[in-house]
Amino acid sequence: MNEQIAAPNIALENPRGGNRLLALLDSRYTPPVFITLILLAGHLSFGMLESYQKTLLAIAASIATELVLSRFFMGKWPHLASAYITGISVGILVRSPAYWPFALGAMISITSKYVLRYKGRHLWNPSNLGISALLFLAGDIVASLSIQWGNFLLPLLVIWALGAVIIWRLRRFHITGTYVVFFLLFAVLRSWITGSPVLSEISPITGPEYQLFIFFMITDPKTTVKSRRGQCAVAFAVALVEMVMRLDRVIYAPFYALFFVGPIALLVEMWWQSRRVQVAAATA
Amino acid sequence: MKHGPFARAVLALFFVGLLMVPSVFRRIAADRQSAKTRLDTKESLARHGFYLQEVSKAAGVDFVHEGPTLDPKLKEIMPEVASMGASVSIVDFDRDGWPDIYVTNSKIGSKNALYRNMHDGTFKDVASEMGVADVNKLGTGVSMGAVWGDYDNDGYEDLLLIKWGKPELFHNDHGHGFTRVTEQAGLPKWINANTAIWFDYDGDGLLDLFIGGYYPEDVDLWHLTTTKIMPDSFEYAKNGGRKYLFHNLGNGKFEEVSAKVGIDSRRWALAAGAADLRGTGHQDLFIANDYGVSELYLNDGKRFHEVGEETGIGFSPKSGMNVAFGDIMNQGKYSVYVSNISEEGVLIQGNNLWVPEDGTPAGTIKYQNLARDMGVELGGWSFGAQFGDLNNDGNLDLYLTNGYVSLDRNRSYWYDFSKVSGGNSTIIGDAKNWPAMDGRSLSGYQTKRVWLNDGAGRFVDVAQAVGVTDTYDGRAVALADLWNTGALDVVVATERGPLLIYKNTVDPADQWIEFQLEGTKSNRSAIGAELTLYWDGKEQIQEVSGGCGFAAQNDRRLHFGLGKNPKIEKAVIRWPSGKVQTVDELKPDELYTVKEPL
Repeated sequence: MNEQIAAPNIALENPRGGNRLLALLDSRYTPPVFITLILLAGHLSFGMLESYQKTLLAIAASIATELVLSRFFMGKWPHLASAYITGISVGILVRSPAYWPFALGAMISITSKYVLRYKGRHLWNPSNLGISALLFLAGDIVASLSIQWGNFLLPLLVIWALGAVIIWRLRRFHITGTYVVFFLLFAVLRSWITGSPVLSEISPITGPEYQLFIFFMITDPKTTVKSRRGQCAVAFAVALVEMVMRLDRVIYAPFYALFFVGPIALLVEMWWQSRRVQVAAATA
Repeated sequence: MKHGPFARAVLALFFVGLLMVPSVFRRIAADRQSAKTRLDTKESLARHGFYLQEVSKAAGVDFVHEGPTLDPKLKEIMPEVASMGASVSIVDFDRDGWPDIYVTNSKIGSKNALYRNMHDGTFKDVASEMGVADVNKLGTGVSMGAVWGDYDNDGYEDLLLIKWGKPELFHNDHGHGFTRVTEQAGLPKWINANTAIWFDYDGDGLLDLFIGGYYPEDVDLWHLTTTKIMPDSFEYAKNGGRKYLFHNLGNGKFEEVSAKVGIDSRRWALAAGAADLRGTGHQDLFIANDYGVSELYLNDGKRFHEVGEETGIGFSPKSGMNVAFGDIMNQGKYSVYVSNISEEGVLIQGNNLWVPEDGTPAGTIKYQNLARDMGVELGGWSFGAQFGDLNNDGNLDLYLTNGYVSLDRNRSYWYDFSKVSGGNSTIIGDAKNWPAMDGRSLSGYQTKRVWLNDGAGRFVDVAQAVGVTDTYDGRAVALADLWNTGALDVVVATERGPLLIYKNTVDPADQWIEFQLEGTKSNRSAIGAELTLYWDGKEQIQEVSGGCGFAAQNDRRLHFGLGKNPKIEKAVIRWPSGKVQTVDELKPDELYTVKEPL
């Protein structure tokens, strides 16, 4: 999920009253606070967490791994907001009766940032990679959150509204918006192709898994391309690949779609940028 | 990166190592399980102390369950919604000292069967001549389960039949036939029920009756006015059927008192059981709900208090389908087994084994789920399960059946199921939004579990090794010493499949003892009576049950395995009346009939 949150370029000097709230929303702490609120709201209203100990384990493993790897390989103490988000995301999205997948998912997520790098950038959204790896490698004991968050309208609307405001303030709403629009269009298309009821195809996006996916995972600045148009194109591509996977009846299609599309998009962007630099150098 | 290639290589190796961890855990888990290959009977006897043989045909039982066909509006998902109704209950309806078997059928016009034990290894269906066969008539709904209890204390077990439809009460006319007394008893016109139990909640010596609704009682599944009949959430649904507690007035009539005594729930109940979980002398009520958390109603003798969250069982909503009580650690305390759904790569709820914590204040109880630690967590789409000492080694084992809908082996409905089940209540709650099953299976053709208790906190699955190799869609499991051999046999009702009778052969070196209890001041069925057996420095508590598992009832007789060369100290019986009786000078390999002292 959002490993590094880019603070929007909005000047808010001496914030007062409502502006203080905006300042808070614009800080790099916004996503951690938001995801914590989601977690607390979900747990207090529905008892969403099967075990808060498992979520705490994921957070602890994530932070510990980040501390060790950053200190040893980067030579500095890291800011822990991103590790916290990764841990809490694994804690929410992974469902398993065992404890070890929570620690392992968090460790894989964080370690991937230090291993799977190209030209100084990590390519995969860490928690997307960690969760995808768990679902693929440990399907006998791990599933993802898909149903355990209530199925009612009010919490859904609250989370969507709050998430939309925050993502808009962070200037990344276009990514979420693009994805949602194309998910809905592709849902109609899938319904037409497969003959399934339209609402059954739309149904997944009304679940909690997608709330986390669209607000936190696909908007991660570190693992999305830089241009606004490119970001929209990637969101579209994720929705498209997901649709293809869904036609092949892949249950965790959104995670896997981002797993494949995200790094490819980054590599294409890097290649394109280096090519432009080369062309510019040649022209000069 | 500040470090060079070596450090990076170490980091890469570490990362690869992390990715390999799941396979290591998988191997460890596999090593803990018994060999999956089937053993011959001699080897199974030597290694596990028993083997099971499916003998239904040899026993003259050719019952095949027929499933219901509901309103055509549910046509696209019919296999999923019309997926229950196979049940089995054990009763000695004619008091000849040999357990008989009652099984339900669920197609309109189909017949239920009452298999009389012929004492020679065979059974004969006498349901028609006894008047309890033709109970699935058009317009009355179809059978979902049956429990037996002597509600009028005349010494003969009466039959309560629950249906998606009209519940029926049949009075047992001294083993010669049954008389339908539903109207006189005052039972409601329609309940879409999947669970019922007899128990004497107020200790007045008369059996009362709990019935748990699944679909709401105003839904006629054959004449739907709407398709909005599905649960409004996969795990938080509260739009199911209501619960009923019928207080036995003693004159053949029952009064519905659920609201008066504090039972008020519209969760989707699939299983219930009653046991004195705190040693108060009153039976508490445990309900396993589909689409939500389980409920535990503590009984103070007059009222019930729901304490699911306080006791630790009311969190983690799952798909509860079974309630079985067992003193698995031989400590004189019941653990509770609740089955749920686990499907590799899709949904891992895990079954729950609620074990009481030590050191809680008197009169209170708190549970922790030790299913994973003890090895009884993953059982597929689990349904009925029962505790019983299958190899007579002195430890209660666990038999679990499973499997939901077995259609096309190569096509699964799980993708479609997961799509809708995660959606908003307005989507999941309407059957017309569910994709067509189109012949797909949903957790079909699953292998069963026979978990042997090693007495040291671990259960090991030996199902394949000891001969339980069926893959039918199992629903109800009932245990009984069908042939009075001192071994617990297993009867399994399967959905749209045959009734399976697994005859148990146990190493004779492992001994046993059985008790047939009869109440006098207490209800005559002795339901709720507890017997604690003390032998070889161990103790084990068992209770006479008025229904447990999923849509099932074990034999009323209590069976204890004793191990080799046992020294029995005593048996202490606490009757529902509160009277405590000690029985000494007991010998192994005997059946004792004990009447409550006046």
